[in-house]
Amino acid sequence: MNQVTASMAGNVWKVVVNEGDQVESGQDVVILESMKMEIPIAAETTGTVKELKVNEGDFVNEGDVIAVIE
Amino acid sequence: MMVKTEVHEELRERIEKGGAEKYHQKNAEKGKMFVRDRLKMLFDDDIDIEDAFFANCMDESLPADGVVTGMGKINGQTVCMMANDSTVKAGSWGKRTVEKIIRIQETAMKLEVPMLYLVDSAGARITDQIEMFPNRRGAGRIFYNQVKMSGRVPQVCLLFGPSAAGGAYIPAFCDIVVMVDGNASMYLGSPRMAEKVIGEKVTLEEMGGARMHCSVSGVGDVLVSSEQEAIEYAQKYLTYFPENFRSKPPVKDPIEPEQFEKSIRELIPENQNAPFDMYELIKRLIDQNSFCEIKREFAKELITGLGRINGQAVGIIANQPRMKGGVLFHDSADKAAKFIQLCDAFNIPLVFLADIPGFMIGTKVERAGIIRHGAKMISAMSEASVPKISVIVRKAYGAGLYAMAGPAFEPDVTIALPTAQIAVMGPEAAVNAVYANKIAELPEEERPAFIKEKQEEYKENIDIYRLASEMVIDDIVQPNDLRDHLTKRLEAYQSKNLTFTERKHGVYPV
Repeated sequence: MNQVTASMAGNVWKVVVNEGDQVESGQDVVILESMKMEIPIAAETTGTVKELKVNEGDFVNEGDVIAVIE
Repeated sequence: MMVKTEVHEELRERIEKGGAEKYHQKNAEKGKMFVRDRLKMLFDDDIDIEDAFFANCMDESLPADGVVTGMGKINGQTVCMMANDSTVKAGSWGKRTVEKIIRIQETAMKLEVPMLYLVDSAGARITDQIEMFPNRRGAGRIFYNQVKMSGRVPQVCLLFGPSAAGGAYIPAFCDIVVMVDGNASMYLGSPRMAEKVIGEKVTLEEMGGARMHCSVSGVGDVLVSSEQEAIEYAQKYLTYFPENFRSKPPVKDPIEPEQFEKSIRELIPENQNAPFDMYELIKRLIDQNSFCEIKREFAKELITGLGRINGQAVGIIANQPRMKGGVLFHDSADKAAKFIQLCDAFNIPLVFLADIPGFMIGTKVERAGIIRHGAKMISAMSEASVPKISVIVRKAYGAGLYAMAGPAFEPDVTIALPTAQIAVMGPEAAVNAVYANKIAELPEEERPAFIKEKQEEYKENIDIYRLASEMVIDDIVQPNDLRDHLTKRLEAYQSKNLTFTERKHGVYPV
């Protein structure tokens, strides 16, 4: 099990995967919006998206868990 | 005489073997090479000159007193080195160990050649403390010498094993620290000590492992998976450096950059807010396979590394929009400051590739001292007197422009790509800041049109051709011509000779 965490504080702009999706290491899971920039947050392992912990529009702080990959 | 010769040879053989066989085996199990094999691999031939080989030879259990010191050649260049032998009392330091290290440092200073530290040591021999710890030529002198040598000759640390307690400062004072994943570690107090003294339960890997130091603390610079990789990195790294601060880095034969289907023009998105991978731009600018990255795993929103443009060594400092939007954080500013100092000390020209929305804001970074760390970067960048080229790739907003060698910081040139945008802040933020009240007063359905209109006005106002007309920037270069342009500039600036200012030294915002 591997957690995908926010690399910096910001708003969740787009969630680009669904629960149950297969993702590769390096593939974007969500895109945050912070400092007026699009901040892609990628999975660090290959696996299945077990849980998405955020919705579009949510505020996340640095280190918050965004998704769980299994 | 005959007898003496035999004794001599016997002794020599014994010392060359290092410590007891069981320690050799233990090391081999961990993928650790014997110190003399490491040196053989590191040098063009082998160690050329060894000093104090017979140190402590009256004690059979301490061959060479646990450290090899001497000289050899790397890429044809003579270097001095010290290398711990962890088969001898875990590479710990006794009186003669320390004296040997101090002497080889003094030699490196006199000869003005690079100094390498191959570290694999448990630290001080507590039983010998009076002889090796507090005195004038005790272990403290090693660090004092390192500070004195810093910026005079390159100092490289290859960390193969532990570097404990006081010994952890050897890496800290080097220009660069290469750490072998799984074996290398640095810590002031061991996990056992941490548990005893402060009640913390932690593993060595978590507290002082190679991965942690190369990605979190930033004390390590390069994470490698084997000793061989560490040695190869050091060999490559040194090709970018002169032997000392008096000379210039060696120029190599030019090599064409790696070829890609996508050109630079196609690579860079026009939408300032969309990410792209800055490594892709770097690869298209530099000679093929010439990138030697420093701190790849640390503060990834900024890329720092050595490379060659048409054979000429350069230090590249580039924002990475793919990570954290390329925003500068306290750690990335700190990373930049050290890298700029490194290049400036050894006459390596600097190329800044700016694509930066600014410094990060918010409570977290303010508490981490982002202003202080940002000032550190700006201070190092200002003071750098090597050729300094600023390339505005896309946006350069606010203090981000300053930190990336903006026009006020006396770069030799500020070059913009047609996608460049220089402003205090981006159009979205600016319109928000200026017209917040006005927008709030408008009926909701009229707001988007108003915002769009004001953003367009703003964009026109900061148009890059307007800035070129005002001579804020010196040239606008087509993306696909950037490498050739940089080549010519770097060649032209070779004779740059600048004294930044006269004083003892600045009071730095460290």
